Amino acid sequence: MNELRNAACIVGVDESDEIGVLPGKSQLSLHLEAITNAVRDAGLKVGDVDGIFTAGQHSPALLGEALGVTPRYVDGTSVGGTSFIIMVEHAVAALHHGLCNVAVISHGESGRSQVGVTRARDTALTGQYEIPYGYGAAPTQFALITTRHMHEYGTALEQWAQVAVSTRQWAALHPKAMFKKPITVQDVLSARPVIYPFTLLNICLVTDGGGAVVLTRPDRARDCAKKPVWVRGTGEGTEHVSVTQMKKLTFSEATRISGERAFAMAGLSHRDVNHIMLYDAFTSGPPIMLESLGLAKPGEGVHFFQDGRSTPGGTLPINTNGGGLSYTHTGMYGIFPILEATRQLRGECGPRQVPNVKVSLVNGMGGMLSAAGTLLLSNET
Amino acid sequence: MEPDRPLPQPITPEAKPYWDGLKEGKLMLPRCGDCQHTFFYPRVLCPRCRSRKIGWIQASGKGRLHAFGIGHQSFNKAFKMPPPYVLAMVELEEGPRMMSNLVNVTPDPKSIACDMPVEVVFHKLTDDHTVPLFQPAKGAAR
Ligand SMILES: [Zn+2]
Repeated sequence: MNELRNAACIVGVDESDEIGVLPGKSQLSLHLEAITNAVRDAGLKVGDVDGIFTAGQHSPALLGEALGVTPRYVDGTSVGGTSFIIMVEHAVAALHHGLCNVAVISHGESGRSQVGVTRARDTALTGQYEIPYGYGAAPTQFALITTRHMHEYGTALEQWAQVAVSTRQWAALHPKAMFKKPITVQDVLSARPVIYPFTLLNICLVTDGGGAVVLTRPDRARDCAKKPVWVRGTGEGTEHVSVTQMKKLTFSEATRISGERAFAMAGLSHRDVNHIMLYDAFTSGPPIMLESLGLAKPGEGVHFFQDGRSTPGGTLPINTNGGGLSYTHTGMYGIFPILEATRQLRGECGPRQVPNVKVSLVNGMGGMLSAAGTLLLSNET
Repeated sequence: MEPDRPLPQPITPEAKPYWDGLKEGKLMLPRCGDCQHTFFYPRVLCPRCRSRKIGWIQASGKGRLHAFGIGHQSFNKAFKMPPPYVLAMVELEEGPRMMSNLVNVTPDPKSIACDMPVEVVFHKLTDDHTVPLFQPAKGAAR
């Protein structure tokens, strides 16, 4: 496992030409824009790409066809929004073994405008056991995780709200963020109730957009346009699909498994991390991820968002792109935290740049804490 | 009368005893013939010991509210319970957890608490479809 430490580098990242509300762009166009932009960021050509990784409705074969390339390595792992984070691990392994030389992980989703989208189907399981009771969109399931956490640990609505407030402060510094106006805990509490315990400001945006990440082996990375970002450690795991099947509703086993491997592979400890990107579909997600990763004790993940720790100027900045809560959330958000971690490690972030960042932790969830992917990225080997 | 919610579908063969039981006012649960583990949802193997010897038991219909959410809007079009309504995850006395709604309760976080005792009520949708809902347990003093 440790032979995969630093076996590949992230050399290119970018969004589609625009992100936000894009009724004039199909989902496939968002992929193709993101890929061409990320490949250009790497100083490579689309023709150099020989490994294609993507999740969602479009297959890697379709992306190859549309790009006019014939990949010799493809991966369509689809376990929810973290799939792109998991694919970094898969790409590192494939690159290390020479199964491909230039890997691109692509995301494109017309999550809001639904342009060029095929309707997803429910499984026989949700159709029988969840849909008849009004379950459907993600908030219906994540609300359960959240009320249980409040019951077990006494977590208050104000503490979840603090996550939204912190994340919005970062969004204010990101030119591509959708919402930049500062908010207060009271604003979050008094926003429109959607599903208790969530008001609208506890729930991510719904947007259109794409993003892509390009990886290659260190020998080739030296010839790329920018300083490489090293993939020091990776992990992945899945626990369940329905939240009824979780061992413990307030703890993600998938995240625990994923995080343990990433830290072991990287040879790093929790103390080495100075920047964190967590998949924030809901305000309660990041605290529970911190607990499941072992960075916080059970019930204490919310403390990371108090007293300005996670905000601009804080000691442990979290979700510095403005997150799914304020920057963008297309549906499968997982590509975007990788973009931000890479940019922070390159020192490209302008007013939101975290000083002296050396190690960035990226952790994503698929479904309702069902799947997890963890990355430890660094600008040093 | 038009059902107030989407019908459960597609009903899979391994779940037929569960759905047939509900039509007769019984909450049936799959149970492992080897390790006696009672589980939900129905499947052809035991998720604890992976035995393929699966039988059925009738559950008491009692349990506790493990977690909840209060919907202030509908999240799927065919679901017509007027908001606010209560999404419930119930932990049955026999062990497994299942999704449902908590009914006959004020849909307010002041009236609802995790771990409160609940009991099943059978809600008929059509001649072929009955779903289990839950309400606060009568005379609950456990
Ligand atoms: Zn068994």
